[in-house]
Amino acid sequence: MAVISVRNLSRKFGDITAVDNVSFDVEEGAIFGFLGPNGAGKTTTINILCTLLLPTSGKASISGYDCASQPSDVRKSIGVVFQDSTLDKDLTAYENLLLHAYLYKLKRAVMKERIHDALHFVGLYDRRNDLVRKFSGGMKRRLEVVRGLLHRPRVLFLDEPTLGLDPQTRANLWEFIVKLPRTQNVTIFMTTHYMEEAEVCNRIAIIDNGKIIVAGSPDELKKTLGGDVVYIRTSDNRRARREIERLFNLDVSERDGEIYFTFARGDACIPGIIKTIGETVQSIRVQRPTLNDVFLKITGKEIREDALSSGDAVKEAVRAYRRRFDRG
Amino acid sequence: MIEVNAVYVLVVREFKKLVREKSRLVSALARPVLWLFLVGGGMSRFVTPGMGINYMQFIFPGIIGMTILFSSIFSSISIIWDKEFGLMKEILVAPVSRFSIVVGKALSGTVVSVIQAAVILMFFPFLGIKLNFPAVLNTILIAVLLSFCISSLGIIISTFYESFESFSVIMNFIVMPMFFLSGAMYPVNRLPAILKILSKLNPLTYGIDALKHSILPNSGMADFSIITDLAVLVIASVVFVLAAGLLFERKK
Ligand SMILES: Nc1ncnc2c1ncn2[C@@H]1O[C@H](COP(=O)(O)OP(=O)(O)O)[C@@H](O)[C@H]1O
Ligand SMILES: [Mg+2]
Repeated sequence: MAVISVRNLSRKFGDITAVDNVSFDVEEGAIFGFLGPNGAGKTTTINILCTLLLPTSGKASISGYDCASQPSDVRKSIGVVFQDSTLDKDLTAYENLLLHAYLYKLKRAVMKERIHDALHFVGLYDRRNDLVRKFSGGMKRRLEVVRGLLHRPRVLFLDEPTLGLDPQTRANLWEFIVKLPRTQNVTIFMTTHYMEEAEVCNRIAIIDNGKIIVAGSPDELKKTLGGDVVYIRTSDNRRARREIERLFNLDVSERDGEIYFTFARGDACIPGIIKTIGETVQSIRVQRPTLNDVFLKITGKEIREDALSSGDAVKEAVRAYRRRFDRG
Repeated sequence: MIEVNAVYVLVVREFKKLVREKSRLVSALARPVLWLFLVGGGMSRFVTPGMGINYMQFIFPGIIGMTILFSSIFSSISIIWDKEFGLMKEILVAPVSRFSIVVGKALSGTVVSVIQAAVILMFFPFLGIKLNFPAVLNTILIAVLLSFCISSLGIIISTFYESFESFSVIMNFIVMPMFFLSGAMYPVNRLPAILKILSKLNPLTYGIDALKHSILPNSGMADFSIITDLAVLVIASVVFVLAAGLLFERKK
């Protein structure tokens, strides 16, 4: 059954169409990835789903409740980790969770126990009475994730959860996030503009300029590229090209002294190549396609970081500042 | 309609933060103290309000009003920043009615303002003002009412602005005129007609007038009756907090 259902959703800000006729479903227990460059419309979609923003047209529902007309039912079903930290840095970790427990009307009897469990779960129990201001970026993120889960929501939204974290911390956080559907019985809707992070998702929708340009599982998407890319360096590229084209009946290209071609299972073609032109081969490498390649193929461009409006530029500047000086 | 747990936790949070950050309290008190002793002290050589009251004594209720005005408005318009970068989004996605959030924020502003106003009030012996315990208590109660009223008004203001760049606009076109047209520094009944009308539309005028009743009784400095003052403050508070609740709903 679909926990999140979105039909023909659009949202305009003046002339800008931030979300443009978007439709998708998210199944119970899945990790759904919403993938796209800065300004694609990811946050706007999340804001509509979590009842902070009304759509210009179209429908969105969570657990069967309409996000526009039944906001309080939707709010009870979801937990949200926003792009920018919403922890109160002048409160302790424990107090931040307590505040959440009060806002969600948890029963007194379970409140303490759940907060303690949550703090243990993310390894912050010993730091529970420290001000959040003193936490590292990764600790804050983990605290926000368990805070979002404290009231046992059916759906957890994560908007760019790894933004601004170092690679090691990012990897740890992902390890933690992929376990959540099983351990916490929750469906995850996450966004990122790091394509490689979306590999952990069961399903992905790639969004650009407000439109979903392709959707499917990471493997399905990569299959649309026709397979792996095989790069070969030889002492006689002309002959190698001719032989390989004849052998597999495909087109071979050449760039920077290297010949390359796309093949469904790259490693399976190596024995044939060795048999025919083995004596000229200097190196062979097989590159699995990445989601970046998918994006590149469909849009004809790299994931771009430019094109921020002035308001966004201010926000970005504030974010950068916080990352540097108080590890926001 | 009002969720007590949510209102309670918002107020407790504000109180904890205030206690923890004493430096915030000290810097917030710098402005009224400077106005009281520098402006008040300087002007008292030229101005004598009469009835045996000197100028510093005359502006003392106004300075308490100023403390409340700035503290309540700051507390409420911090929502603008908080919506983008702070706790506000966490509160807004919680299953809590928007009206409870508004009441919680208005009461948070009230707590902070009243504490600051109470500290300033304790300067009274240095100004040669005599207050007994009931008078101090009455003053604090008026401060509570005025703080709630201005905090609610601040929330209304915050809903009209999306970006924190609007801060100086709010200061220059709303807060400072409210202060000068409130009878804090000079009696409003001697102002030109148009300014007199504006000052009568200013809720702060009635708050400061009520403070004059409780701090400078029988001095003839108040312009309205205490009943009028309290009635206006109560009605304005109710109207403002309801309007803030309506305006606080989701944007378009
Ligand atoms: N409140 C707003 N007012 C005007 N434009 C907005 C607003 N929020 C987002 N936008 C615009 O909508 C587009 C999508 O933004 P957003 O959803 O934040 O993208 P993403 O999260 O994918 O980076 C951007 O062009 C952005 O400038
Ligand atoms: Mg975003």
